[in-house]
Amino acid sequence: MSLFISLTLNGEAREVSIDDPRVTLLDLLRERLALPGTKKGCDRGQCGACTVLVNGRRANACLMLAAGLDGAEITTIEGLARGEDLHPVQAAFIEHDGFQCGYCTPGQIMSAVGLIAEGDAGSDPERIREGMSGNICRCGAYHGITLAVQEASRRMAAKDEGGAA
Amino acid sequence: MKQFDYVQPKTMDEALASWEPGASWLGGGTNLVDLMKLGVAQPQRVIDLTRISDLGEITFQQNGSVRIGAMVSNADLARHAGFAQHFPMVAEALLSGASGQLRNMATVAGNLMQRTRCAYFQEETAACNRRTPGAGCDARDSDEEARALLGASPACVATNPSDFCVPLAALEAQVEVRGVNGTRQIPIAEFHLLPGDHPERETALEQGELIVALHLSAEAARFARHARYLKVRDRTSFAFATTAAAAALQMEDGIIVEGRLALGAVAARPWRVAEAEALLVGQAPDAALFARVAEAAMAGAEAPVHLEWKIDLARRTAARALAMAAAGTPARLPALPASPFGQQNGDLAHV
Repeated sequence: MSLFISLTLNGEAREVSIDDPRVTLLDLLRERLALPGTKKGCDRGQCGACTVLVNGRRANACLMLAAGLDGAEITTIEGLARGEDLHPVQAAFIEHDGFQCGYCTPGQIMSAVGLIAEGDAGSDPERIREGMSGNICRCGAYHGITLAVQEASRRMAAKDEGGAA
Repeated sequence: MKQFDYVQPKTMDEALASWEPGASWLGGGTNLVDLMKLGVAQPQRVIDLTRISDLGEITFQQNGSVRIGAMVSNADLARHAGFAQHFPMVAEALLSGASGQLRNMATVAGNLMQRTRCAYFQEETAACNRRTPGAGCDARDSDEEARALLGASPACVATNPSDFCVPLAALEAQVEVRGVNGTRQIPIAEFHLLPGDHPERETALEQGELIVALHLSAEAARFARHARYLKVRDRTSFAFATTAAAAALQMEDGIIVEGRLALGAVAARPWRVAEAEALLVGQAPDAALFARVAEAAMAGAEAPVHLEWKIDLARRTAARALAMAAAGTPARLPALPASPFGQQNGDLAHV
């Protein structure tokens, strides 16, 4: 089998050859497209380390067959910052110590970006914790993660209002 | 993962024509791809249904009934304002399942086709009649907690793990399926099969048939003001149910006109008992009444000694779900959907 798919990957149009239908989006990113920021934890959809945005929505890259993604827009942790300017979620994770070892962090951050876009949680810590439950942190940095998502959520909402005014 | 042939049909006719024995339909992949990695599912062909455009619509008909396309995601259905308003306990069940990421991927049809989470089914080296007919059942004499208390057979004690299907059973959803011989509708109560001697036959789908949509009637919306899903699990979020219940009441002047109750995680399909529901009719909501209804709903339940607590837990879950339904559907879903913890009721919905 050989199949070409078109992706918009971190804003850049890419043509990618898929020579085996078993390749997941996660393995495509890490092993074939030199984007190792997205992490492989459980590889079964249980830990959230592989979270990326697919067409603007958070998803577990480990359970997506790459062959099915023709035309998709993918955003990974590598595509979040604008040059030296960190995304508000990235900045808030640093500010609030939202990590220790860092392995789950790309997935946590991508999941938080997705959660904020979904708009259900706002800055309610209980709703943030529930909304982030698909991301496991072995170091137990959950307190800092919750604070970081609250902070980023507030800042992004304020910026949206500022932009609209 | 075993090698397979991948196809992505653009139309329903193409999809049906591409089916062959040994093929699997692919929706969001959250269950199938996982089982393929474990070696539990080994399809020779994977038919990806996600590009068939008319499978992705949620359509309210003039009469108030709703048709939900097979490939609508759990997240899109739960967040559809009209849907959540008419069928709040379905939305609550959806949002209590899996994680935000998985809900974005998982589909309506995939949820109906979800395989059991019995650890022995998922472990390739264990004996499992559901996975390998005639192999035996290692779960039967194990301490597996995801074990059926009702409707089990000597061949299989697996449960259906779905949250979504529990309120669907209470609301008598219809499953629209299509095969080369045309379209038919299957009542949800007949969709999932009890194991009997053939646990490998899990649903009423014939070979080569696929789910195209799910229907909820306008009448099912009459429970919207008093409908809750309650799910007890090992941790507060992102876990399968240990026990669950969907309870829906139609109330007039403080009296229950009609009641529905379906239990989750206790059998190979959502469990409904007409005699239990009949006890609700004409009564005022009351803890003792709900305990009797729960007792009747669990009539005939069996568990090994180490799991007797689960029968009790299922009864209590059912009684509490009924009490929550009687109190009223909250205007906004609680922060922890379907959870016994946290704030249960704020302002009530006035649907």
